Amino acid sequence: MRGGAPTAARAGVVPCGTCGLLSRPAGAVGPWTCPRCGDRIASRRERPFQDAWAYIVAAAICYLPANTLPVMTTRTIKYEEPSTIIGGVVYFYESGSWFLALIILVASVIIPLGKLASLAYLLATTQRRSTAYNRERARLYRLLKVIGRWSMLDVFVVAFVVALIQFQPFMSVVPGTGVLFFAAVVILTIFAADSFDPRLIWDAD
Amino acid sequence: MEPLAADIVACPDCDLLQRVPPLPDGGTARCPRCGRTLAHGRPGASDRMLALAVAALVVFLLANAEPLMRLSTAGQEVSTTVLGGAREMWRQGERTAALLVALFAVVAPFVYISAMLAVLLATRRPPAPRWVGVLLRWAEVSGLWSMVEVMMLGLLVALVKIARLASVAPRVGLFAVGALAFLLAAMSAGFDPREAWSRVRWADEGGGAGEALR
Ligand SMILES: [Zn+2]
Ligand SMILES: [Zn+2]
Repeated sequence: MRGGAPTAARAGVVPCGTCGLLSRPAGAVGPWTCPRCGDRIASRRERPFQDAWAYIVAAAICYLPANTLPVMTTRTIKYEEPSTIIGGVVYFYESGSWFLALIILVASVIIPLGKLASLAYLLATTQRRSTAYNRERARLYRLLKVIGRWSMLDVFVVAFVVALIQFQPFMSVVPGTGVLFFAAVVILTIFAADSFDPRLIWDAD
Repeated sequence: MEPLAADIVACPDCDLLQRVPPLPDGGTARCPRCGRTLAHGRPGASDRMLALAVAALVVFLLANAEPLMRLSTAGQEVSTTVLGGAREMWRQGERTAALLVALFAVVAPFVYISAMLAVLLATRRPPAPRWVGVLLRWAEVSGLWSMVEVMMLGLLVALVKIARLASVAPRVGLFAVGALAFLLAAMSAGFDPREAWSRVRWADEGGGAGEALR
């Protein structure tokens, strides 16, 4: 579509980020406030990619300790056994619960890694002003926003196992630092997806 | 700032300007450019939403007051609530993670349900007062961080894990969490924030529908 689709930016109107109302800026210089909700209206981010990249890098850094540090440790009179996320997957698989192993593998490994890789792909292609697969990239972005939260699964599992398995001195379970890094990965990837403006995908179109 | 006609919207995902037509019952308006769902046609949705929100509040209180599961081994009996999971993590030294569990599983869902209840009640007779706008923002943020459905799956996994070590029985709280997950999903799927915003009194008193362009 040469000349471009009729977008708000091309028509000189600005949608309010809070309530969605379209309005025409009264003067050339801001700050403007939305006449309906009263929030400040920003035209677009000045450095649209920087925050998202920062969150992605931070999440990728946290992903390593999240998977290598134990998320919980089982203590009995005889032994003390730390377990990692992958350890939990292997444990369920070997004990015959391949379905649970699969759920944890998807929630804790595939979703966070897939989300990081997909966000990096979206950012990189959008930064190069690519117009290929726009619809698919838009769909991918919407998918990422929905699935990211499921990575918190293991944090909840640990919380409830820890709360219930407290039979001192025979057996008890304590949480490990891996949980904290895992929660950090989830939060950082949610921030990353939130700070990416999907309209940028279409700006080059 | 001069407002445009209310039925023209810019797609939040791709910025395309378009007019959303009046939709038939069950109809959906999608952006022709990027495919994002822009609006649903749901007559009488506000009554249904209110019923969902009231039910969610009741089920939320039940899910937090009642034990989730009880297990017994070697003559000891233990049970836990949602906050009990966070409390034990806090006691064992993982304080940040404990706070996050409480935030995602209890605080955010509670703020979301309360804000939605107030919004739905206040927008029944437009124009709704200005504080409804504040609550709409709260609902949006708390909805993003409310993770009851994830907690539900986490509880089931924990249940299976624990069943290997002790005899464990689900209690009322567990079923309440499951029901809450469904109610919250139905609420966020059925709620149209754009429609709710259109019922809120304008910040700029002089502006408003009268001066809309074209
Ligand atoms: Zn606004
Ligand atoms: Zn669109």
